[in-house]
Amino acid sequence: MRSAKRAAAAALLTVSALAVAGCAAGGGSGSGGDAASCEPAGEDVTLTFTSWIPGIEDAVAMWNEENPDIQVEVQTGPSGNAGTYQNFFNQLEAGNAPDLGQIEYDALPNFRVQDGLVDLGACEDVLAAEDQFLDWTWGQVTLGTEDEVYGIPQDQGPMALFYRSDLFEQNGIEVPTTWEEYREAAVQVREAGGYITNFSDSDINQFAGFVWQAGGQWFENDGDAWTVNLTGDESTTVADYWQDLIENDLVSTYPAWTDEWNNAYNSGEVWTWNSAVWGANSILSGAPDTSGNWSVALAPQWNAGDEKAGNWGGSSIAVFNGTDHLYEAAKFALWLNTSEEALTSLNETAQIYPATTAGLELPVLKEGVEFYGGQPIYDVFAQAATQVDPDFTWGPTMTQTYGDVSDGFKAAAQGNGTLLEALEEGQAATIATLEAQSIPVAE
Amino acid sequence: MTTTTTMTAVNPRAARRPTGGGQDAVGRGPREGVIPRTAAFIVMGVFTLYFLTPIWWLLIASTKDRGDLFSTNPLWFADFRFFENVGALVAYRDGVYLRWLLNSLLYAGVGAVVATLLASMCGYALAKYRFPGRETLFNVVLGGVLVPATALALPLFLLFSQVQLTNTFWAVFLPSIVSPFGVYLSRVFAEASVPDELLEASRLDGAGEVRTFFTVSIRLMFPALVTVFLFQFVSIWNNFFLPLIMLRSEELFPVTYGLYAWNSTINQFPELRTFVLVGSLLSIVPLIITFLLLQRYWRTGLGTGALK
Repeated sequence: MRSAKRAAAAALLTVSALAVAGCAAGGGSGSGGDAASCEPAGEDVTLTFTSWIPGIEDAVAMWNEENPDIQVEVQTGPSGNAGTYQNFFNQLEAGNAPDLGQIEYDALPNFRVQDGLVDLGACEDVLAAEDQFLDWTWGQVTLGTEDEVYGIPQDQGPMALFYRSDLFEQNGIEVPTTWEEYREAAVQVREAGGYITNFSDSDINQFAGFVWQAGGQWFENDGDAWTVNLTGDESTTVADYWQDLIENDLVSTYPAWTDEWNNAYNSGEVWTWNSAVWGANSILSGAPDTSGNWSVALAPQWNAGDEKAGNWGGSSIAVFNGTDHLYEAAKFALWLNTSEEALTSLNETAQIYPATTAGLELPVLKEGVEFYGGQPIYDVFAQAATQVDPDFTWGPTMTQTYGDVSDGFKAAAQGNGTLLEALEEGQAATIATLEAQSIPVAE
Repeated sequence: MTTTTTMTAVNPRAARRPTGGGQDAVGRGPREGVIPRTAAFIVMGVFTLYFLTPIWWLLIASTKDRGDLFSTNPLWFADFRFFENVGALVAYRDGVYLRWLLNSLLYAGVGAVVATLLASMCGYALAKYRFPGRETLFNVVLGGVLVPATALALPLFLLFSQVQLTNTFWAVFLPSIVSPFGVYLSRVFAEASVPDELLEASRLDGAGEVRTFFTVSIRLMFPALVTVFLFQFVSIWNNFFLPLIMLRSEELFPVTYGLYAWNSTINQFPELRTFVLVGSLLSIVPLIITFLLLQRYWRTGLGTGALK
């Protein structure tokens, strides 16, 4: 029994030693700030790449076929906010993060302030590729800096108006081109027994897309400190607009992505959806009975004649701190997001809508779509993509901000409080979160 | 070979097994009035409905195509497309779902067997041997019952990262073979069901401790072991947080994690919805089978533990 005791003690010691080592290693990797050099390894390299996009393996398989010296291994998991981002942070802490990872634009600043990303600006090829991307998608990965690049843009979510052309026509209602007309149409749709749209109390990023279109800025970073402005003039205008629609029962308020929500669209109760390009697929599979009855138009404008679009979603491929193969990782990320074969594959398997100007002209994006009555809907989105304001910046704690605002939005949708109050609370909570993480906030 | 005589006392169905004589199984409790009985039935009925409705919904939803899912009565059949759905699920991405199901069976099946063996040996040692620090050790193990597995996942991840075992089979398997509750149950049961006289007799006959354990004691502890196995099987099967943190490679995922990953991307890839529904339904089948096969043992095990 004595030996058993000794073994137990030894085991305990080992465990605590490992734990201590773990903490030490974690602290070390977090403080790394050496400028990584972008040199080829000169030997065969295997990169790990985490993405949750189903079917991305197909594109990666093409790369592996053509590049025997730079093999890429795909790892996967749930979508970013559902666990993969937290895993990335854990892995960075433990020092075993993958070489590359999928990160949505709104989460990129968070990884940047946590020192989790490598600056790809060290690679000439990356800097030279800027011209291939839409201005605003490039702006999403430079995070407002000069010559610093924290990811290669992959896809984007320019917003437009999905609408039931059949119902608008049958009821003699004009398809709105301004938000004012949209409200007038909402009244007419209500008289016809439907709702013009559903206000989603959980998709704060859709709301952010509205603010983006209106020219608002929620966050700014001058290099030293963050300015938080969830309640600026543009945000207030947008919040008041939707508040009015909710209070007058002109929009439904089903929780988004639920069965009721799908059913509302499938049954023709809800007539339009202000959504991003990937929403085309959501309607197609959520409301299959309405095939052929939908169309897409440019988003309603705040001032007649304006040409502005919001954006909802989109992601980049970033390279994590701790990689030994910056050159190869950057090379792969560029290929994945600029080469026609990769973009075509990604579009076919996962409806990825490319972030490059050339990508918007892919032959597969020029075809008419049966579900939308044969309309070549991607032409509309290609136009919207060029209308997105390049300066919109995400904050470094967006998940938290979404959560904070979402609580208030849910209450407002039920008639308690207003959307603006929710934004005010979100503003205060966001500042508190930033300060709690020692991220400087400008007053 | 008889497993144990205590079985008949609790479960009449166990009488099918040959036993060395037992008491008359079915006793009658005091008679109850009609009203309390009715009330009890109503309460039970309501709860049964409450627990079974989601499963019924899942069963119905798995038989529908995407259009019917949203437009027809959620609690009744529409076009019956169950087999088409299963076929599509199994075919999707080269049968990755079946791979997950197999992984789950491996993690939970092998993991629970090993966990049961370790727990029974540990519990047996704690019950039958006297050594310094025995109670302390037992209390530490007992304390382990109170620590939720979720709280341990992150420290485990950091540990496994140090030894480069993350994203391997072992990252999920090794933590699964530890069962503090199993040790506790085994100890209680070993104390109750393995007589010291028998052990002495066995020693006199020249059997070593290991041999005694495997040929004599383990048989006496069998009902408890089944219970430990079942608890561990279910908890490994449902353990979600550990795979979430440890695993990156799709081919290592257990079914719970795989379904969660799919479910998290339904917004962008709505075609996965049917797969998640059908996959969830199929994923509870192995649990139901395990329960049905083992229920007569584990009910006895629990009952016997409670009596002491």
